[in-house]
Amino acid sequence: MSFFATPLSLHWSYTEARLKKVLMSGNEAIARGVYEAGVRFAAAYPGTPSTEIMEELAGYEGVYAEWAPNEKVAVEVAIGAALAGARALAVMKHVGVNVAADPVFTVSYTGIEGGLVIVSADDPSMHSSQNEQDNRNYAKFAKIPMLEPSDPQEAKDFIALAFQISSLFDTPVFFRTTTRVSHSKSVVTLSEPRNYEEKTSLVRNAQKYVMVPINARTRRVEVEKRQKALREFAETFPENKMEINSTEIGIITAGMPYNYAREVFPDFSYLKLGMVYPLPERMIREFASRVKKIYVVEELDPYLEEQVKAMGIEVTGKEIFPYTNEFDPGIIRVAIGKDMGTLTSPYREELAARPPNLCPGCPHRGLFYALKKFKAYVHGDIGCYTLSYLKPLQGLHSCICMGASIGMAHGMSKALGEKGKGKVVGVIGDSTFLHSGITGLLNMAYNQSDALIIILDNSTTAMTGMQEHPGTGYTLSGKETKKVNLKVLVSALGIDNIRVVDPNNLKETKAAIRAELASSGPSVIISESPCVLFRRAGIKAKPSLRVDPDKCTGCRTCLDLNCPPIAWKKGETKTGSKRKGIAVIDESLCNGCGLCAQVCKFDAIS
Amino acid sequence: MNDENVKSILLAGVGGQGILRASDIMCQALMAAGFDVKKSEVHGMAQRGGCVTSHVRYGTKVFSPLAEQGKIEILLAFEQMEALRYLRFLSKDASIILNTERINPPAVNMGDLSYPDDIIGFLNENYPRVISFNAAELAIEVGNAKAANVVLLGAAANLIGVAKSVWEKTIEKSFPPKLVKLNLDAFQKGITA
Repeated sequence: MSFFATPLSLHWSYTEARLKKVLMSGNEAIARGVYEAGVRFAAAYPGTPSTEIMEELAGYEGVYAEWAPNEKVAVEVAIGAALAGARALAVMKHVGVNVAADPVFTVSYTGIEGGLVIVSADDPSMHSSQNEQDNRNYAKFAKIPMLEPSDPQEAKDFIALAFQISSLFDTPVFFRTTTRVSHSKSVVTLSEPRNYEEKTSLVRNAQKYVMVPINARTRRVEVEKRQKALREFAETFPENKMEINSTEIGIITAGMPYNYAREVFPDFSYLKLGMVYPLPERMIREFASRVKKIYVVEELDPYLEEQVKAMGIEVTGKEIFPYTNEFDPGIIRVAIGKDMGTLTSPYREELAARPPNLCPGCPHRGLFYALKKFKAYVHGDIGCYTLSYLKPLQGLHSCICMGASIGMAHGMSKALGEKGKGKVVGVIGDSTFLHSGITGLLNMAYNQSDALIIILDNSTTAMTGMQEHPGTGYTLSGKETKKVNLKVLVSALGIDNIRVVDPNNLKETKAAIRAELASSGPSVIISESPCVLFRRAGIKAKPSLRVDPDKCTGCRTCLDLNCPPIAWKKGETKTGSKRKGIAVIDESLCNGCGLCAQVCKFDAIS
Repeated sequence: MNDENVKSILLAGVGGQGILRASDIMCQALMAAGFDVKKSEVHGMAQRGGCVTSHVRYGTKVFSPLAEQGKIEILLAFEQMEALRYLRFLSKDASIILNTERINPPAVNMGDLSYPDDIIGFLNENYPRVISFNAAELAIEVGNAKAANVVLLGAAANLIGVAKSVWEKTIEKSFPPKLVKLNLDAFQKGITA
């Protein structure tokens, strides 16, 4: 493999290398930590709040980093590399671990030859996610040790520790971060990168790696031996730290909440766990013996609390702390019952919200505007187009997880039978389709329902910030590569009714939807138009449009597009007209896509 | 107590106004001046017209990257209405730097809700120090409306104990050479605003 053959330069090319201290986000620090640890292999699928880790990592010299089509593939790629003796990283957001769970649970049995660390970026408060699952549970469930940093410095330093644990105990290691750790910035002291040691080779050990029942039963016992050894290791792991101050009150915590608690209660004693699985029982008992009362401060599930309680230690946790959403210093102060006063805003009026919206000129806008007229039940998926759920487009009626739209549309269509004909649609983006929509569509072709699937192909992974995927023709490192042809792929899966439309052409788009809703059997429309923010597509902003105030009747049809530049100007009346105002276009925002001109019945926009 | 040594600043505005860039520069300058610094914001929706906030905290040792409600000493508001949205985070004697630019939220654009009246008056009634100006206009005077974020930074610098030369050096490092002068001029506009 060529990337291993290249000897690594010892001279780090980044200008920051000469600085000892830099300001870094948690994600930048994780990438730096991977590099410093001498790790050179990584695979991932983008997902907020994890995406920047790979983008950063790909910039380091000698690192091989790839976008995989989904998290399961990313983990399998990393396992393959680890079995060849490499130290490999797989990165994903919390729900990505669900996708990858199948190989994860069994690589826990086999162990690895080199090293394997799986980063799970959790999203308490669901800033950009469909659920707020607490992935610490995965560590316990899959019997895989887990480290959790509390800030960017630890994020960098813990990565090296995670790889050490992985190699030492022949185990994959989870590395949990949260949105606040990944996306906050603080001062990080850099270290010199370790030299990369090339240790790859082909070592066959079928009894260890072929998980047929007879071998799996043997490995299952090894897992329990490893668990025992790891529990012992946790007792002396230097990142499980006790700070004894007050003998009255102690706090057991991990990750970002440590900082919140430490800030509001500097006099309390702390047991801060850098390793959240397995737990150091003797250390916890010792801590408990040194303070009179213990609070467990943790976001989301009572994960630590339940384990500490199972040790027979009395602690206060979720009876006073919320189960939902991320914490902040104030939440901890209020929960522990110290004075908070009544902090409210002096401003009491309602403020208009600023909900996220599709960008001006976004190709999804035309598609959803056209689709709305058919009053179909639309199963949505994960991507920018999920924003079409909001008023006034209100384009979606369900959205569960990556790839679900196709299976759900098929299932609903089958359950409704004749009643559902022409009424069930699934919409899915190009990156999401390639992530986990292909098997759903294969099923739809195989079991033949009447649902219509619309692939919203904007030639990029837009929601997470323009990442490459197998349909873009470029790799993570920007190299040109094989580009999947969606039309050929859809046809190969067994779909006969396929149309390709330009969603910025409303007439053409409506005609295609009408025809395919009426047709029998499964159909696919590929709505093809690049994301307006996508530079490589070479989209030149078209001249912005304007409303002719004489021709505008104030009918408000164009406002239904919910395009950011279009606003309502009240009070622009006109003699001989009933209008109460007119539409105006903010030229500085308009990308000139022309949808509003197409919907205007009075030729007032040009 | 850590509290008294740690200062908290909140930057608030609308996606696309250069808030994250401004808070990055602010943190770099504070770091160069020898402070421990942490900042926090939520990415993701910034390009799509949503609210953007960034907490910046500095002192000898900072633990939390998020400020507690009622503890922000300086609010740097990039948009008038966004200043009102976060007042619960402010201490009663907070200083407010207000960009008088106005960006209508969709509900105001649609005519469903109104934009609050006399925000400057309201803030002046409730807080001891409100410095307000149109940052975009000042930025245009030095060459480009996009430097409005650095104009605001200049105004904030008056309230933060970091030497002007440190700010200027940080600005020089933060932009490509051809944009340095523009941004230094914008910074100066903010200082005198």
